[in-house]
Amino acid sequence: MVLKVVMVGAVAVTSIRDTCLAGLCLLCSGLPTVAGVLPDDRADALYHSYDGGGVEITGPSVLVLKNVGQNFALSGNYYVDSISSASIDVVTTASPYTEERTEYSLGADYLHGNSIMSVSYTNSEESDYSANTASFGISMDMFGNMTTVTLGYARGWDVVGNNNDPAFSEDVDRQNYTVGLTQVISKKILMELNYEAITDEGYLNNPYRSVRYIDTTSSLGYSYQPEVYPNTRTSNAVAVRGLYYLPYRASTYAEYRIFDDTWGIRAQNVKLAYIHPVSGGWLFEAHYRYYTQNSADFYSDLFPRRDAQNFLARDKELSSFDSNTLGFSLSYDFVQNGWRWMDRGSINLSYDHIWFNYHDFRDLRDSGAPAGDEPLYKFGADVAQLFVSIWF
Amino acid sequence: MTAVTIRKAVILVLGVLCLPACSTVEPWVKPYEREYLADEIMRFERNPVSSSYMIHVYQAREAARGAEGGNGGGCGCN
Repeated sequence: MVLKVVMVGAVAVTSIRDTCLAGLCLLCSGLPTVAGVLPDDRADALYHSYDGGGVEITGPSVLVLKNVGQNFALSGNYYVDSISSASIDVVTTASPYTEERTEYSLGADYLHGNSIMSVSYTNSEESDYSANTASFGISMDMFGNMTTVTLGYARGWDVVGNNNDPAFSEDVDRQNYTVGLTQVISKKILMELNYEAITDEGYLNNPYRSVRYIDTTSSLGYSYQPEVYPNTRTSNAVAVRGLYYLPYRASTYAEYRIFDDTWGIRAQNVKLAYIHPVSGGWLFEAHYRYYTQNSADFYSDLFPRRDAQNFLARDKELSSFDSNTLGFSLSYDFVQNGWRWMDRGSINLSYDHIWFNYHDFRDLRDSGAPAGDEPLYKFGADVAQLFVSIWF
Repeated sequence: MTAVTIRKAVILVLGVLCLPACSTVEPWVKPYEREYLADEIMRFERNPVSSSYMIHVYQAREAARGAEGGNGGGCGCN
């Protein structure tokens, strides 16, 4: 029974975070694109693959964006995560599992003068988690179209289930507030500044996940108890991004983001990219990203005793770690000057490798080491995307 | 949402709506000087479906969230 509980719990380890965060992705995608101009008619079909730490996630994502008349644009997105997991959490406490998450999004933009108002709605469903998010945004061009200001608000309503207990049902409410500024700095420099505050209230921990504590009566030297998170969380993130057009036809991209929350987590990330078009319709991009965070106040890899404190977590996403990402993408325009109903078409391949290094999350697969002396966990992940984009 | 929060949000929205009143500010990059900015390599999000996916990949594995961009804007060339 314990095995089953933890096994299914592992589903939520990944999927609950995915579902919660899907709403945040929606907020980003649901906000206006370029103020004063509706987005181009386009369709994208993407196949994604993530393979790392014993977890494989694949699936399609299809996005269609179509203008209706002069002032309206509609968009729809269909996204699937097919998860097959034998992650470290699963192999140390349970058995591999499979799971699927399906997400639908609909959005509408209304152009009025130099302003675009946007609304969107998304629904995400999996066996033990349901998420619904609605968002509203307004974006305005000003100062001779050199400045774009955006405001956004999103509200999410999630329902957390438990595959081992059909009667289990808990709610999570989420609100997102965003402010953005995009500024033309010079003939060759664009800057973007974003702030986002997110508040969560409700059942925020995983109904299956456990923390471990020292137990001298156990043969392992430790035992498990359910994790306990606070019922509220508020986070703030500020990011600045820039694009610079080089003396020849290529550009560089830089990004810096700083984050903190009421759980005591502080994080930063930096990203650098180089974008280089090549004659014949080819476009090459190489990028590097570094991310670092400290652990939550109530995180510990090994608590000194059972019920050591009010809140308890051993989720590696709340631990102290850093990651490095190196990636590239290559795209080719197979339609450059229109063909039949297509204005343009491109095929794109993208690959990223991510190295995760945990500073206080230990690899319990090394059962020979005393409790608390196991090696620190680290793993690499391969992320690949293949997609076709058509403008019409 | 508290009354104070609602009031702050309303003030913020009204403030933004009033900003175009300042739009007589002379742009220091003229529309005809924006050929570099109009190039697709100067877009923050060339591929929205791919960008959303990568945001999802990172958010699922990191505690940090938010301010991923996507608010658009750009050269104002159109």
